[in-house]
Amino acid sequence: MTQTPTTKDGFLQLSRRGMLQGAGALGGAALMGSLGLGSARAAPKKGGTMRLAMGHGSTSDSYDPATWDQAFVQVFATARNGYLTEIAADGSLIGEVAESWDVSPDAKVWTFKLRKGVTFHSGKSVMAEDVIASLNHHRGEDTKSAAKPIVAAIKEMRSDGDDTVVITLDAGNSDFPFILSDYHLAILPSSGGKIDTTSGDGCGAYAVQSYEPGVRASMTRNPNYWKSDRAHFDGVEMLTVIDPAARQNALVTGEVDVIDRVDTNTAHLLKRAPGIKILATTGTQHYTFAMDTRVAPFKDNNVRMALKYAIDRQELVDKVLNGYGEIGNDHPISRSNRYHAADLEQHVYDPDKAKHYLNQAGLDSLEVSLSAADAAYSGAVDAAVLYAERAAKAGITINVVREPNDGYWSNVWMKKPWSAVYWGGRPTEDWMFTTAYASGVAWNDTFWENERFNKLLVEARSELDDTKRRAIYEEMQGLVSNDGGAVIPMFASYVMAHTDKIMTPETVGPQWTLDGFRAIERWWFA
Amino acid sequence: MVARRLGLGVLTLFVISLLIFGAVELLPGDLAQEILGQSATEETVAAFRRELGLDLPAYQRYLAWLGGVVQGDFGTSLANGRPIADLIGVRLGNTLFLALYAAVIAVPLALMLGILAALYRNSLFDRAINVVTLTSISFPEFFVAYILIVYLSQTGFFPSIARIDPDAGLGEKLYRTFLPALTLTLVVTAHMMRMTRAAIINLLASPYIEMARLKGLSPARVILKHALPNALAPIINVVALNLAYLITGVVVVEVVFVYPGLGQLMVDSVSKRDITVVQAAALIFACAYVLLNLLADVLSTLSNPRLVHKR
Repeated sequence: MTQTPTTKDGFLQLSRRGMLQGAGALGGAALMGSLGLGSARAAPKKGGTMRLAMGHGSTSDSYDPATWDQAFVQVFATARNGYLTEIAADGSLIGEVAESWDVSPDAKVWTFKLRKGVTFHSGKSVMAEDVIASLNHHRGEDTKSAAKPIVAAIKEMRSDGDDTVVITLDAGNSDFPFILSDYHLAILPSSGGKIDTTSGDGCGAYAVQSYEPGVRASMTRNPNYWKSDRAHFDGVEMLTVIDPAARQNALVTGEVDVIDRVDTNTAHLLKRAPGIKILATTGTQHYTFAMDTRVAPFKDNNVRMALKYAIDRQELVDKVLNGYGEIGNDHPISRSNRYHAADLEQHVYDPDKAKHYLNQAGLDSLEVSLSAADAAYSGAVDAAVLYAERAAKAGITINVVREPNDGYWSNVWMKKPWSAVYWGGRPTEDWMFTTAYASGVAWNDTFWENERFNKLLVEARSELDDTKRRAIYEEMQGLVSNDGGAVIPMFASYVMAHTDKIMTPETVGPQWTLDGFRAIERWWFA
Repeated sequence: MVARRLGLGVLTLFVISLLIFGAVELLPGDLAQEILGQSATEETVAAFRRELGLDLPAYQRYLAWLGGVVQGDFGTSLANGRPIADLIGVRLGNTLFLALYAAVIAVPLALMLGILAALYRNSLFDRAINVVTLTSISFPEFFVAYILIVYLSQTGFFPSIARIDPDAGLGEKLYRTFLPALTLTLVVTAHMMRMTRAAIINLLASPYIEMARLKGLSPARVILKHALPNALAPIINVVALNLAYLITGVVVVEVVFVYPGLGQLMVDSVSKRDITVVQAAALIFACAYVLLNLLADVLSTLSNPRLVHKR
């Protein structure tokens, strides 16, 4: 199915020491190793203008990191900007603008040493004050940033000279450097403590030549880029091509070199075209059906369990994702995460078991409404209908309510008691759980409150021992799986296609689409 | 008369701006919620609204917008702060270019085919023309576009996406936008051609045409010299209607061929509730209709000596 091997098990064995201390320096070497190891591929060559057609992009997109929300702006931002840290293709954390970091024993005070000689495209050096201003853009009373909850744990930031930033958290968090790789947290030039949200200046691999939101962006290589083994294309042209057929046509007719969001219904036809390669990566992206655990009947865990046993996961992967994905086990931690609980009992389609749980709940039959729209994810309505079909055998009637795409996130999600949801996923367990499963957080879309889970979450955050952390996270996955309010049937692959002139590294980052948003600086022309 | 019509046009624009504003207000969600999407939290949405003044009552926002427009200032896009004039300028140029391109092919083609069809009415030629044009208008635009891509683009003749550089030469531009222009031509030709044919045939039963025939004039001369001038009024109207359509209704073709015109801008802006951009685009579309209809009326008046030389 996939032509390039994607990351699977056991590659994220990262010791805490390695992560906490000078991981940047180590990571750089590790990355070189993983690229070169046993690779039959030729060394990357410089040159050429890569043309990339993406299925996202809107006229209303902007340079303001507070509003970045879809793949076009994410890939564009990652190409022109630098971040404090970067998640390497193999899932390990490496330093980017931050060369190294150190932490207090309680994992509360983090000291980041900035890399020397990194400059913005305008020629200005990257200073500690730029880092602080960039992070502050997402903090405080008046921020409109989507990343506000991500950096909410930061209590105080100060610079210590021009190249050191000291960040104090309100509670220990040993995964904090991972959070700083979030695509919103680009390091932008500042003046007077504020970043300029209307400029495309950054310290990344490519400098913006022109940008017309919703249409195209063109960039040229930053001649002063500090990474020697990256940024192989001379220039990059990004196009917004919303229509899937138009995107595939553009690739087949040679108008572009790479496309994202291949329509999986026609992927098998595209694969047959000469000189075209399909690339699929499965990371943390997953689709859920989130129940409001505060209201009946979802209040009763027996009902939730009945619904979890009434869904045929493999069928959804085969029919809705056309095979481009993996089944889920009702918790959001994917096989590409570090502490994935592989031994947890897999929920399978079992109408008898579902009936058993219904009886436990004191019910003979159950009738519930499930809200879905393709705005949640493409194929959500089909998935809901298939679910309803299978659940009927267990005496559960699911009325699929087709909601309007327009305004889905503001009017349906977290408003209707049961709705289809898209999650891009998060690179760490703590980040994912804190975002959507912890008690009272803004995006806890199941309104789930589990005392034990919330206690373990805090415990694991400042836990130093790797084995203990694994044990805690495995228990938490069990809790979400067997008590939580989300039915999580599948992890969906990112499906892309490129011409055979494009070369990709041995390991392609599965965390996000297009090599963890970094295809532009990681790929090259043959 | 023209001045009065223009006055009425301005009134129409005002009413349209009210309607559009009201309609966007009625849509669920606002700009802050749509931009932040799944990531929205109550606090960030509130901060977003404060920054853009979206927390003010609707009538205040409308009056503020109206005040700007009256002074010729369309303001900035709420979503990304770009001046609307810049945002729309390029797009409007693209839309007009494509509309003009399609019109230059479609209008002469439709008139010629219409006249020929009238001349040889009920012949095999007439029927063939009717079948072909009606077939192409009956298919949805995107289908026509895909068919053209399969036969003319995948074979390597024309590019499948109409990516135009601002500084590309005219020849290059015409080449790259040929497929969208052809699609639009196929979509609008039938309407104009059928109207031309019907208007002429309608006149062929009149006594003065019979007189012309009895004089021994050739059929071509009868139609071009005697029938066509009297059939102009309905033809002009239908051409104007189609031109307005070419400016305002081509969003599907824009999407399929990835052509950055006004239609896509309007769709993006409505989905993000970017009201200032929606209003500006809507006014441009309304202007196109008002002006083209006015032009059509003026031209049909001029084509009718009885109306020009009133006693």
